[in-house]
Amino acid sequence: MSAAGIVTAGQATERTLPVPPAIVAERTLSPGQWGLLSFLVSEVALFGTLIVTYVFYLGNNVVGPTPAQALKLPLVLFTTACLLASSGTVHLAERNLRRGNQGGFMQWWLATIVLGAVFLGGTGYEWHDLIYRYQLTISRNLFGTTYYTLVGLHALHVTGGLILMVIVLGLALHRQVTTANPEGVGLVSYYWHFVDVVWVVVFTVVYLLGR
Amino acid sequence: MAIVEEPLKATPQPAALPWTAVLHDWVTTVDHKKIGIMYVLMAVVFLVVGGVEALLLRWQLLWPRYDFLGPDVFNQMFTMHGTTMVFFMGMPILIGIGNYLVPLMIGARDMAFPRLNALGFWVTLFGGLLVYFSFATGGAPAIGWFAYSPLTERTFARSTATDFWALGLMVSGVGTLAAGVNFIATILAMRAPGMALHKVPFFVWTMLWTSVLIIFAIPPLTAGLAMVLLDRNLGAHFFDVQNGGSALWWQHIFWFFGHPEVYILILPVFGMVSEIIPVFARKVLFGYEFMAAATAAITFISLGVWAHHMFTVGMSRTADLFFIMSTFMISIPTGIKFFNWLATMYGGRISFASPMLFCIGFLSMFLIGGLTGIMLGAAPFDFQLQDTYFLIGHFHFVLIGGTLFGVFAGIHYWYPKVTGRMLSERLARWQFWLLYVGFLLTFGTMHISGVLGMPRRIYTYDADRGWALLNQLTTLGAIIQAPSFAIFVYNALWSLRHGRPAGDDPWDAWTLEWATTSPPPTYNFDLIPTVHSRRPLWDLKHPDDPDWQYD
Repeated sequence: MSAAGIVTAGQATERTLPVPPAIVAERTLSPGQWGLLSFLVSEVALFGTLIVTYVFYLGNNVVGPTPAQALKLPLVLFTTACLLASSGTVHLAERNLRRGNQGGFMQWWLATIVLGAVFLGGTGYEWHDLIYRYQLTISRNLFGTTYYTLVGLHALHVTGGLILMVIVLGLALHRQVTTANPEGVGLVSYYWHFVDVVWVVVFTVVYLLGR
Repeated sequence: MAIVEEPLKATPQPAALPWTAVLHDWVTTVDHKKIGIMYVLMAVVFLVVGGVEALLLRWQLLWPRYDFLGPDVFNQMFTMHGTTMVFFMGMPILIGIGNYLVPLMIGARDMAFPRLNALGFWVTLFGGLLVYFSFATGGAPAIGWFAYSPLTERTFARSTATDFWALGLMVSGVGTLAAGVNFIATILAMRAPGMALHKVPFFVWTMLWTSVLIIFAIPPLTAGLAMVLLDRNLGAHFFDVQNGGSALWWQHIFWFFGHPEVYILILPVFGMVSEIIPVFARKVLFGYEFMAAATAAITFISLGVWAHHMFTVGMSRTADLFFIMSTFMISIPTGIKFFNWLATMYGGRISFASPMLFCIGFLSMFLIGGLTGIMLGAAPFDFQLQDTYFLIGHFHFVLIGGTLFGVFAGIHYWYPKVTGRMLSERLARWQFWLLYVGFLLTFGTMHISGVLGMPRRIYTYDADRGWALLNQLTTLGAIIQAPSFAIFVYNALWSLRHGRPAGDDPWDAWTLEWATTSPPPTYNFDLIPTVHSRRPLWDLKHPDDPDWQYD
């Protein structure tokens, strides 16, 4: 290989210069996609820390209530169903946008916002119950400390997602988000799916295994 | 979008712009080069502040039973010294250099997200100011830079200084995370045509893996700091032992961040050294592929070594063995890098210009730091020397001998590109030798006082312990180092006006940043270059014998 190269180099001065091979275009994600992907990885590390912390402190309560006493499944099953359904609606919204159906996009997008808001409302109702019926606050015991921190961080992410989606909806109403620029909607929907997946893990750990 | 606006600003401007316009330009800029420069300037300011704190610490330890600072201020000073140097000097200076260089090296016009980039800088800066605002509460936190609980609980740290500290680190962590995300997107999606990942300059590889470490390591710290703040302000019980909390858990969270952090502080330096040594040895980097693989290996292994900071806490034997083994394992890829640098130099036509001088300083001192690291990685040895000055000596050899020498190598190498002027070689040599000698005296001596049993973080000692002379030598070393930094700052300022004009490519280098003007225009390149080999500028300079023939 190198021998051939040196021969070429020697001859090059007299004849023509070597011509580089053609460049093959590289297939990669867009900057936005890589950016969101790495941001979500960092979110995994953030939630991972709090989930492991939750498990680490399970059963270390000095006073009650314990998770088994305070956590009730029916309401949270309903809100979980809402959040899971919102993953479907956001997907439908994105598909409608890519197909150029602006009206369909905005309908499904609005449905996603409503489902997310219902989830948040459910969480608020549940917390109200926990605080007033079980006197469970963040300073009550380790269950309260870890529960409100973990579930609260997730609710914060749902809130952030809702704010993003309302902004996108406002832009879509002004024809600023159309089938011509679907990337932003795609990124927001990835984020929303992620928030959904995190909830599945949090739900499993807190409401199923940790009870 | 920012890129579209830039060419307007790039038109030649009259020399005497009013200072308000200049200020406005810098404050609102989204240009990766200006942001990079601001990161470095911020880091140098914090380097001076942290250095002054170190000098105060050393002065206090000059005589036995000396009462220059007193115990309380001493504790505040070592807390702020560590926090400053890690979060507001080490990380910003590396992120800043990366910010400046990565787009230039990969033939891009800016980072992937220019506005996020600006946000990252300002948030980092204001995070630093927030930490320093703790002085306004009547005194800085006195909790040590790793802030072990329960010291951070309200009971033991009663003023709000600790809250400012935690908030400041959280805020600057957001900035660091933004930079990490930005680097990953830039490196993976913005490379010039033809610059496949196996053709990027090696520094770009190290910035990529550093960013991966940032996105894995910073969030756990953020979570831990949030727990501290919740404990202190809302009465949560994370680290409150009386209510079932665990002080040990903080140590796990902190070091899960803290150990990758030291690799965040060294990987970019590995990259810089790997750019500089080949140019000054006139040889290509030996074993590029192995270097890249070793960087990836370090990244992954470094996520599993954290508890070697915790051997004396009394973990299980299984845990001890696991963390000894992973610590020993991480020295293998680091060793590979070392041998590759030596192999790059071997048989080369080495010139000892100041960047290379600092590289050799780096190689010699980082080697010692690495070897004492292996010693401390063995738990039985660590049991004896944990929290002694031996440990302080060890990690300063890695962080100053490694990171700082490497950063100075990089600054001396790229200063001509950034400013269009050469640094004074004579002043650079004074800087190097003062730093080298002072450094060896300060931190070499610490190993001895550590073996003799002097614990870290004591504000004074009795005369009959026999540590006085060693401490005086250490302080003398610090006093020798101090003018070195002054010379550096003077050199950087003086050369800005009076330095020899550098031209585009003063070192006859091979990577793309030297293909554009010094300083580069706002848009970096008139035409986006196409790349065929790892040394695109060599190909341009030697069209008769291009590198891609040998790939």
